[in-house]
Amino acid sequence: VKLTIGFTQVQQILRERFCERRLPDRLEGVEAQYKHLLELLRRTAIHGESNSVLIVGPRGAGKTTLLQCVLRDLQKEEKVQKNLLQVHLNGLLQTDDRIALKEITRQLHLENVVGDKVFGSFAENLAFLLEALKKGNRSSSCPVLFVLDEFDLFAHHKNQTLLYNLFDVSQSAQAPIAVVGVTCRLDVLELLEKRVKSRFSHRQIHLLSSLNFTQYLERVWTQLSLPDSFPDKKFAQEWNAGVKTLCEDKSVEEVLQRHFNSSKDFRSLHMLLMLCLSRVSVAKPTIKPADLLEASRMCFADTTANMLHGLSILELCLVIAMKHLNDVYEGEPFNLQMVHNEFKKFLHRKSNSMYNFEQPVVMKAFEHLQQLELIRPVDGSSAKVQREYQLMRLTLDHSQIMEALQKYPQCPTDIKQWAMSAFG
Amino acid sequence: MKYFTRMKIRRVYEWSGKPRSFNRRLKTYDYDSFAISVEGLSKIIINTGQDIFIEGCDEDNPYVAKVTRLYGDENGQQMKAVVQWFIRVSELPVNKLKLLGREPHPQEIFYYECRNCDNEVNVESILRPVKVKHLDSNDPFPDSADKDTLYVKLSWDSKVFRVVNSTVVESPAEPAPASSPPSCLKPSLPMSPSCSQSAATPRGPSRRVLPTPDHAIMHKASLGEVGCSSVGTPANVEAESLHSATKLSASKCLSAKRRNATARTPGVRKRLELSSPEKSVTGEEVLSQLLNEELESKVTLTRRPPPSPAHPLRVTHSLTPLRKAHRPTGAQCGVPLKSSSVFLNKWPLSDSESPLSPAKDDSTRATQKKELETIKEPVLSVLAEVENEKSPMVTETPRSSKRKSAMLVSSRIKKQLNLLENHQDPNSSGEEEDEFVPSKNDLLSSSEEEGQDEDGPNIDDQVSAKKFRYVATGSRNSRSKQKSYSSARTQRRTPAKKISPGTPQTPRHATPSIPIRSLQTQQPANILEEARARLHVSSVPESLPCREQEFQDIYSFVESKIVDNTGGCMYISGVPGTGKTATVHEVIRCLQHAADMDEIPSFHFIEINGMKMTDPHQAYVQILQKLTGQKATPDHAAVLLEKRFSNLAPRKETIVLLVDELDLLWTRKQNVMYNLFEWPARRHARLVVLTIANTMDLPERIMINRVASRLGLTRMSFQPYSFKQLQEIIMSRLNKLKAFEEDALQLVSRKVAALSGDARRCLDICRRATEICEHSAADPSSTGLVGMSHVMEALNEMFSSAYITAIRCASTQEQLFLRAVITEFRRLGLEEATFQQVFVQHQALCRIEGLKPIGVSEGLAVCQRLGACRLLLLEPSHLGVLQRIRLNVSQDDIFYALKAD
Repeated sequence: VKLTIGFTQVQQILRERFCERRLPDRLEGVEAQYKHLLELLRRTAIHGESNSVLIVGPRGAGKTTLLQCVLRDLQKEEKVQKNLLQVHLNGLLQTDDRIALKEITRQLHLENVVGDKVFGSFAENLAFLLEALKKGNRSSSCPVLFVLDEFDLFAHHKNQTLLYNLFDVSQSAQAPIAVVGVTCRLDVLELLEKRVKSRFSHRQIHLLSSLNFTQYLERVWTQLSLPDSFPDKKFAQEWNAGVKTLCEDKSVEEVLQRHFNSSKDFRSLHMLLMLCLSRVSVAKPTIKPADLLEASRMCFADTTANMLHGLSILELCLVIAMKHLNDVYEGEPFNLQMVHNEFKKFLHRKSNSMYNFEQPVVMKAFEHLQQLELIRPVDGSSAKVQREYQLMRLTLDHSQIMEALQKYPQCPTDIKQWAMSAFG
Repeated sequence: MKYFTRMKIRRVYEWSGKPRSFNRRLKTYDYDSFAISVEGLSKIIINTGQDIFIEGCDEDNPYVAKVTRLYGDENGQQMKAVVQWFIRVSELPVNKLKLLGREPHPQEIFYYECRNCDNEVNVESILRPVKVKHLDSNDPFPDSADKDTLYVKLSWDSKVFRVVNSTVVESPAEPAPASSPPSCLKPSLPMSPSCSQSAATPRGPSRRVLPTPDHAIMHKASLGEVGCSSVGTPANVEAESLHSATKLSASKCLSAKRRNATARTPGVRKRLELSSPEKSVTGEEVLSQLLNEELESKVTLTRRPPPSPAHPLRVTHSLTPLRKAHRPTGAQCGVPLKSSSVFLNKWPLSDSESPLSPAKDDSTRATQKKELETIKEPVLSVLAEVENEKSPMVTETPRSSKRKSAMLVSSRIKKQLNLLENHQDPNSSGEEEDEFVPSKNDLLSSSEEEGQDEDGPNIDDQVSAKKFRYVATGSRNSRSKQKSYSSARTQRRTPAKKISPGTPQTPRHATPSIPIRSLQTQQPANILEEARARLHVSSVPESLPCREQEFQDIYSFVESKIVDNTGGCMYISGVPGTGKTATVHEVIRCLQHAADMDEIPSFHFIEINGMKMTDPHQAYVQILQKLTGQKATPDHAAVLLEKRFSNLAPRKETIVLLVDELDLLWTRKQNVMYNLFEWPARRHARLVVLTIANTMDLPERIMINRVASRLGLTRMSFQPYSFKQLQEIIMSRLNKLKAFEEDALQLVSRKVAALSGDARRCLDICRRATEICEHSAADPSSTGLVGMSHVMEALNEMFSSAYITAIRCASTQEQLFLRAVITEFRRLGLEEATFQQVFVQHQALCRIEGLKPIGVSEGLAVCQRLGACRLLLLEPSHLGVLQRIRLNVSQDDIFYALKAD
């Protein structure tokens, strides 16, 4: 029973970690950025200094985690706690300034909000918000922190009105605000209109992880091991020892190296570890290298190649015919008639297991391939053209087709040979 | 176009009577009066000294003035009038209204004492006479039903409000009886603050103005009015109440009454003032707030009856009941009265000296029978009223009319909005507390309010009676009742402060504001922090260095226009961060100062910003709102502004309009720009438009000819700052604060001047440098000043692109993919390739590097990651392997980044 409880707790702790539900206690590798941002926001909260800053980094680099950690630590300070209003916006949710303005007013609980509804038209809302911010001043109004997630999407709003006004407030003697933009685009400044750009303070915090493989391995180890605060000490020790042996395993190192080569971000690592973790149970108390290999295989599985396994023999033949057409015509688009002819040639020459199919049957198979988006009509070829003659392109790579054929259950050998032969 | 149709009334103006005198030198005849005859209507005779309306730009609010002289030329062609202007609240500049220190009354006007306005008008522009009353500055505004009466308390000389003498304002002569609406009756009696015990509660439009009337003021206000009415003879009052049943203004009746009364019984008034210990505040204000408009024509007078039982009290205050007697049924009153009506609300006596007080209460109930009953026993009457209260629906329904349903609806809204946390009105909260069922209370009080049409019961009486029942059920003798009543009253007041129900605050009245911070801001603690505060773009510098010439040009341009009372346009251009807006603001500040010093005529400054509006047409709305405070739709605002700028308005101040980010006001028809540049050219507009945009050739590029032509050729362009200027700007901001090394400053300014000349950038870099300096302060070699290294670091942070670092920090496969892209580009000789093509190269590179080749899915993922950072430019991802790829960085950068590895 004790063991079961232990495993439930392990699952819970590690899952929270991997799903990024809980902020890490301490950030690693980004101490400078953390300090910069913390100081900046603290100054806004305590001195009422307006600021604007962009946090830039690739996806999964920990931009939001950094911001959340800074805010968490900032809220712990007595002086800041009551002195900072927060407005969180997301470019994917607030797709235009009208919605964004309503959201800001709602989150600030300004007086034109009743319940959850914001009154007034777009123009009124803008005027109202600007008036509200204008009335404030550095020493008496409560500082407002604007967090703009997916900042680059706000730059696509009409005239960039929202950004202009936020940056303008941050550069004039109005209510103190801090604008924090979070984006993964490195060229985000080029998106800003020149007046908006001039008002932006040009502070950018880049989150580009430069960690090497040893650090990566260490990270895996810390991510998997249990904290000292774990209630069952003995269990924790055993578990941590298991993790250590796992990390020292050669094959595991190989798998992790491959992952590291592919991407350095921790989100994909968490995905991998999550798959391993789900195999742990009372009967199978540690993560085995085989689990990691299996998980890695799942992570790297080719999705489109897997789709080919579900095709019928006829559809597979059509795909092979398309591959040959692609080889012959060097990637020129094809139509159903060409594919069907190619298929018929194959039947005439060497097929002993396949028979010819009626045109409508072939047509049906062809349409199914189109539905699966394995083939895609060429842009511009309109619906006016008869379906048999509509030009198509194959969206599969040759390697994918060959891989799928290897694994296809009970694939006739002549078809395999046809696929491998150089010229149809 | 309804704005123009109403004006089409034909008026004929002619002198009445012989000329009074003839001025030989000017060849003008002076007249005493003239007549206006309107088609189909009677003649109106206007005398000198009479107050008149003069046609203005707003038909609903014509200008108000007093005729001081009338004259015409020899052949009678021209009829001129010299007038003394009054200015309406709506004509005052919005920003000056706050000088008033209170909410203006909608019917308030100000004696206009500005010298620079033309006081000669054509007689043809006179519309009709108007009543102007002078009030002492401490008096509240009487509640007149009649919208045509205007009140003067203060004078306005475009800078300050002053108390105005009544003799200046009042018209010297009563109008001739022939002139249709009689001119005002002067209410300016000699007033002493305590001359009466009664208090008038303003109703109707003044409600918002005086939400909780001060008790002392109330006393002064009511002065003779009611107190005197109470001493009139029965016959007199009866006659007057008959009047009031007709369409005559109630206030007039009252004032007439008052004059009679004061003339006759001055002694009584003296006696009355002795016993006025209790304050009087009606408790229904909040409730009726919802009914503002409908109640406009009502006057409710809450009054305290005189203590002496010898007076013919019952008759005097039964003004309304008598009127009611003319009505056969209650149902008849279903239609709300158009005419004004007067209600007398009385307080029960708190001292038991006057046994008649309950009778008075009930006399307002108006039924003789009841009156008889209540005379017998004061308590009973109270109870009877409570009984009445219990079934308000039954008793009130027939005459409830629309108002009641409005009330119902509003009470329902109120509940739904659940906004009962308004602290503003203690009275209403008291009432709400009294009631156990709040919704019912709403109904009750609303019906009570309507009930006053006939009954005029005092709500407070009823409420306190109710209170009495709830609170003091135990004690039943009359003395304890009196006591408990007063205790109930005090109780009623105390919880009012704690509990906060009240009117639902509709967002319409929402004030835009950011919450106040709970802790004080910290003052900068050291030199670097101080420097940082001063270098922040938002901190307003004492002077604007390096823009002296531009400042001078703009200043003289605007000043000359203001002095000459003309209009004009100016176009200011310059790249962002060159101090355009700041310079204009500085100019305006200086001009404002000059205007305050009386060196130039005063003017009105308005600022709009193309970026701060959602649509170009909102410009009209914003201008109108800043000019007059009224809200309108864009189209309506355009019409109003058009009218305002094209009509002759002798008293207008010059308006200086700053249009920032002009290019955003561009519309396809360019009508917004057209109007903005057209108005200054109008003869009477007195509008100076300063426009700001970034590009020098904006007029040529985006404006059609007729717009560009109207903009004129007064242009100014702000050059980007040179490095010397930038240095000077920083120095002047730092103001001898020693925080930077000389070289460091020079480096910043040279760097920024070379890049953009944007002062904002320069200040931001300096600010960042102070932060870096602060962080490295632990370093023993540091001097505490911001040095070259700090500035260099800040410059690098802000100006270096992150691409190279990003490539260096990318994963191995991502780096390989970038190399594959370049290889494929080289092979194709194009700067574009499909993923499929690049992927083949990628596989090959993997084999060369000794890595295990990756699958297509993984390759696509790598490609997408690079695309998200914008190292690559990609087609939409649904195209899969067919999507085309371009580089967003130069190939050299990639080689450089990868080679250094």
